[in-house]
Amino acid sequence: MKQKKHRVKMGISDRIYYAIAVLIVAFVVVITIYPLYFVCVASVSDPTLVLNGKVLFLPKGIQLQGYQRIFQYKNIWSSYLNTVIYTVVGTGLNVVMTMTAAFVLSRRRFYGKQLIMLMIVFTMYFGGGMIPTYLNIRNLHLLDSFWAMILPGAVSAYNLIIARSFMQSSIPHEMQEAAIIDGASYIQFYLKIVLPLSTPVVGVLTLYYAVGHWNSYMDALLYLSSREKYPLQMILREILIQNQFSTADLASMNDTEAMMSAENMKQLLKYGLIVVSSLPMIILYPFLQKFFVKGVMIGSLKD
Amino acid sequence: MTMRRITRKKNSLNGVTIRKVMYQMKADYQLYLLILPIVAYFIIFKYFPIYGLKIAFLDYDPALGFEKSIWVGFDNFMEFFTGPYFELTLKNTLVLSFYSLLASMPIPILFALVLNSFRDSKGRKAIQTITYAPHFISTIVIVGMLQLFLSPSSGIINRLVVWGGGKAINFLGEPSMFRHVYVWSGIWQNLGWDSVIYLAALSSVNPELHEAAQLDGANRIQRMRYIDLPGILPTIVILLILHFGSIMSVGFEKVYLLQNTTNSQTSEIIATYTYKQGIQRAQYGYSAAVGMFNSVVNLFLLTVVNKISKKVTEVSLW
Repeated sequence: MKQKKHRVKMGISDRIYYAIAVLIVAFVVVITIYPLYFVCVASVSDPTLVLNGKVLFLPKGIQLQGYQRIFQYKNIWSSYLNTVIYTVVGTGLNVVMTMTAAFVLSRRRFYGKQLIMLMIVFTMYFGGGMIPTYLNIRNLHLLDSFWAMILPGAVSAYNLIIARSFMQSSIPHEMQEAAIIDGASYIQFYLKIVLPLSTPVVGVLTLYYAVGHWNSYMDALLYLSSREKYPLQMILREILIQNQFSTADLASMNDTEAMMSAENMKQLLKYGLIVVSSLPMIILYPFLQKFFVKGVMIGSLKD
Repeated sequence: MTMRRITRKKNSLNGVTIRKVMYQMKADYQLYLLILPIVAYFIIFKYFPIYGLKIAFLDYDPALGFEKSIWVGFDNFMEFFTGPYFELTLKNTLVLSFYSLLASMPIPILFALVLNSFRDSKGRKAIQTITYAPHFISTIVIVGMLQLFLSPSSGIINRLVVWGGGKAINFLGEPSMFRHVYVWSGIWQNLGWDSVIYLAALSSVNPELHEAAQLDGANRIQRMRYIDLPGILPTIVILLILHFGSIMSVGFEKVYLLQNTTNSQTSEIIATYTYKQGIQRAQYGYSAAVGMFNSVVNLFLLTVVNKISKKVTEVSLW
């Protein structure tokens, strides 16, 4: 009797639950998407209308002057190129170092393995901090050099652990024994068998590291002083956060765009710049999403 | 006589093990060759700076250099502890951290639980993909967007506030607003991404438990509470420990970008203070001491929380 009553109630409570759940998820999706969508719309709309709050959902007074200006803005493109170079070279080195370390440290036994692991894991929890690290880079004469953007973050202990757990769990030890009996050396075994079998984790690492390089500004802020070496994020910082525009680029802008005030132009440039700088990652990640998620899962398997 | 024999035996045993180790190491020489650059990297870029922490105990004089500067013990630390910035930066760091932790831990868990209750896996994937998007945007762009959206005169948020009958708020200039802006923009950026790990954990919850519970008449919320939540508890605990362990290392990058002269009363944290003293004013010894205080407290908290967790829940990092 009691049971029956309960069951009738249950149907309703589940229906209410799902109604609320749909509302919650819809709310989250809208909150996430709308700011991004608004930036895109504002970047092609008349900035006066945007400033007056007339643009909310659809672009109004469509124009592409913002993007035209961005394409002519030299500082942006030279730094864009720098970022591409830092990202490609940096990620390449990251992946090679991390995979090699993971290979060696996932071997079943060799003398010193425990010690090396301890030495690496310790750095996850304690470090010299900003100032001694900066002074170290200075002592190594790396300040304001290309390598200051590449070497300090060459291996991430966290990613190393992800790659190592992957190799431990998915490449059986018997394979190594068989390869060694067949006369392969460790390096041959690594290059010809382990690496080809590890493509998923190579994908994860490439993406983690590449996003990191693309978005980072900390190393540049600390170690670089000459503008021609600046990555994109440093130029973005000047424009978006400090509201500083290259005077040469802005001056030529005012001559030709007399119809648009400098303030409006700045605003328009900012919206366009957000789109141009974030686009590569935003376009790429849905395709690579499965790798990212896999990475998180391998990482959580460790425990 | 017997004694001698025993010692000789011991020696020869040691000799054998040493020879065995040497033989093994020789056979494995390629492994050592491969790991050499990585070990070198960690020594040069991670352990040199740890040795460099010595500067925190020196009255560093660039003319004398690192080795010859005068050793002053804990003077730099005392200068910080007794100075006007100790209380301010410590309080700001802790408040910002705890606020951030308390607000940004439960929300992704709830979101994952709710999303996981939907049967349609394609829809679930699509929603996940959408909510990840902000995670891939750089801190600089996020702060740039905040400046545009929160502008008192033209920002879209303030338009909403004014439209609702309120008075425009200077979010980025108001010291009382800084923490909310920091924490909630962080939640906006990482809600989807942070829920991935919980969704992964939820996918390994045994579906038979749900079927059995359904037969027993449990509704969705009850099943969430008594099956899903316990299922992901170890994951939650691990992440909680990790968050606690980094309670003192609030991201320098975003705080520094959001900081300005008007909101520094709440936005000056230990990391930004270290940067200003060290990099901008070249007070190396003093700022290294400030930074070291931060890391030591961090390590201490992590160890304590890990110990507590080991006792209470049997989940721990090491």
